[in-house]
Amino acid sequence: MTRREPKDADLVFKALADPTRRELLDRLFERNGRTLGELCEGLDMARQSATQHIGVLEAANLVSARKRGREKLHFINPVPLHEIYERWVRKFEGARLETLADIKRVLEGDGR
Amino acid sequence: MNAHASQSKASFVYVTYILSTPQKVFDAIVKPEIARLYWGHENVSDWKPGSKWEHVRVGDKRTVELVGKVLEISPPHRLVISWANESQKDDPEKTSRVTFEVEGHRDMVKLTVIHDELEAGGGMEKGIRMGWPMVLAGLKSLLETGNGVVMFTLLETPAKAG
Repeated sequence: MTRREPKDADLVFKALADPTRRELLDRLFERNGRTLGELCEGLDMARQSATQHIGVLEAANLVSARKRGREKLHFINPVPLHEIYERWVRKFEGARLETLADIKRVLEGDGR
Repeated sequence: MNAHASQSKASFVYVTYILSTPQKVFDAIVKPEIARLYWGHENVSDWKPGSKWEHVRVGDKRTVELVGKVLEISPPHRLVISWANESQKDDPEKTSRVTFEVEGHRDMVKLTVIHDELEAGGGMEKGIRMGWPMVLAGLKSLLETGNGVVMFTLLETPAKAG
């Protein structure tokens, strides 16, 4: 059986095991699709160090980068987090239909 | 929060790597009999450029929840569709765009879903931010293990009041 999960999950957990990288993800969650410069605004961090952190997040597939003209925009990618959620959280909590029903409401209506 | 909120558009990029082939991944999006297994919805169209597509909930009522047009299609690598709530299909402000890119990546497939032209802060943005990670995790699970995580069929609770 092919299980790629262990290696992929390692990268995700490693990427998340750093407060700066979590801060970068929070910033992208607030506003997605930012350049490196925008992302680091107000952060006390050298550009080189920011580039390295983003690299770790990209390797874990938590951030994806797209070119737009001459700019490189960074997007948060929560899909691996969802896979980990499925593997490590949902398994232990059973069916949470209330939450799902909320999601349904949001998906179906425009607004709440 | 900002003065030009009504004007601004939001974009999201979702990526997943799937142990599969580009053709299987592409089929999982456009073939109703596969999409229903992990999405709980079917994407129904003849998949010709300019054709209509409908996002149909699996179930007795077969509610059409989303509609749009096929803007661009080149199987098995690229599909671009417009995307709107059925009830808002005539409002260009509420119409967004979804691009699927399917690339072979060593023994895996890199699937990128770009959802842009979204009304920032709108209901659709909120919905897709929760929806796409579930859908893509379900798709990956189905193609890699044969088990779809059919989130949306668990949701057959009484429909919203309005």
